[in-house]
Amino acid sequence: MKKYSVFAIAREAMRGHKGWEEQWSSPEPKKEYDVIIVGAGGHGLATAYYLATVHGITNVAVLEKGWLGGGNTGRNTTIIRSNYLYDESAGIYDHALKLWDGLSQELNYNVMYSPRGVMMLAHNVHDIQVLKRHVHANRLNGIDNEWLTPEAAKEFCPPLNISRDARYPVMGATLQRRGGTARHDAVAWGYARGASARGVHIIQNCEVIGVKRAPNGAVTGVETTRGFIGARKVGVVAAGHSSVIMNMAGVRMPLESYPLQALVSEPVKPVFPCVVMSNTVHAYISQSDKGELVIGAGTDQYVSYSQTGGLHILQHTLDAICEMFPMFTRMKMLRSWGGIVDVTPDRSPILAKTPVPGLYVNCGWGTGGFKATPGSGHVFAHTIAKDDPHPINAPFTIERFRTGRLIDEAAAAAVAH
Amino acid sequence: MLLIRCPYCEEERPELEFRNAGEAHIARSANMAGESDDDFEKFFFIRSNPKGIIYERWRHMHGCARFFNAVRDTVSDRFLLTYKAGEPKPAKLPGASK
Repeated sequence: MKKYSVFAIAREAMRGHKGWEEQWSSPEPKKEYDVIIVGAGGHGLATAYYLATVHGITNVAVLEKGWLGGGNTGRNTTIIRSNYLYDESAGIYDHALKLWDGLSQELNYNVMYSPRGVMMLAHNVHDIQVLKRHVHANRLNGIDNEWLTPEAAKEFCPPLNISRDARYPVMGATLQRRGGTARHDAVAWGYARGASARGVHIIQNCEVIGVKRAPNGAVTGVETTRGFIGARKVGVVAAGHSSVIMNMAGVRMPLESYPLQALVSEPVKPVFPCVVMSNTVHAYISQSDKGELVIGAGTDQYVSYSQTGGLHILQHTLDAICEMFPMFTRMKMLRSWGGIVDVTPDRSPILAKTPVPGLYVNCGWGTGGFKATPGSGHVFAHTIAKDDPHPINAPFTIERFRTGRLIDEAAAAAVAH
Repeated sequence: MLLIRCPYCEEERPELEFRNAGEAHIARSANMAGESDDDFEKFFFIRSNPKGIIYERWRHMHGCARFFNAVRDTVSDRFLLTYKAGEPKPAKLPGASK
């Protein structure tokens, strides 16, 4: 792997940019690997990267049915924050946030992590109570979060309408200054490049259609559209399709997959300095470095794999955005899309061993997995390499739905469900 | 937006009038307190989440307010059939796309 640097740019500028090499190679699949990762999104590629860098396991294949980073990694609103209520969540999301800081340097790839601050709005007394509880819980866990008056919120984000007769009055807000955004594609590409350089095989257009198990139940490999590929360890990181893959191994999951939509506006000059989220009216917004407003809507109410959703969901979100930020009422929207998100009953992810020996699963990130990408890959690689969870992901088992030891962010998460 | 046929109103109405109520044909135990942890998990948390044909409950919230069942393809979101609550799971489905 040739290192990217200002000197590399200068060198290539001198010779007509003919010396740039491919960022990752596309080898033919081998007959067998030590580890197979199903799904080449951010989480899967990060897992492969940390298997190689932290655990020295490089005989790894990442199988992707479409193209790398083309699922939810390319469909989210790129918000990064760690202001979750419960200790377990704080542990895993802040682990990720710490890795975001410095990730560009580690990967030698600009992931454009921008800690521009994530603000969450309170519109009623209940919101104030819930969000203040979050501030206190976060601080006890060493996570920065602070309470802002409406005036302070307006100062931090000038487009915000804090008029007392607004349809959704702003009664205060929380601010996590370390929160922000990153460039979603660059995250997938950076991890892919780093993993590929260390010998990991990234195999695109290779759909897993079956999971093979030995008579004793252990995993022996996967059937794919490009033939059988053997491995004693298989990690499923397939987002909305996780339960489909797990069913192939005979494991029924506590998951339901819903469409989640987002949209972007035409690009404009920098007008929006931070990320603003509102649980109550369900809208979140930021401005990308390209200048587009990036707006996230809610999930549709029914199970679907269609990667599309109802227009009324977007309309509801845009209504709220226009009320809170009147300057956007005449902004033209450029495109909208849907991703399929796998939601657990307690809205916390599952990163764990499974009842099947050699089969591991990293799923259930629901509507908010992007922010966790580095942390999720890091602890999932540990889980696969050691056949034992990292202390940070130890609570995120499948068995918690039998024992009742839930991590119930359903009511505590920042977005309405 | 989906168009959904309520089997009680016998009319196709826009999705806004309805609430999805999750997977259908999951029987609630008559003796819930006696359920084992395994069985309770299956009843309460584990879902089929199929890519393809799903049997699901809907409620005509802003119409007759009654629950009913539907058969839908989760890839195309097309409804194949709706039927009244309490009726058995249909054995034959009209024109499934998959």
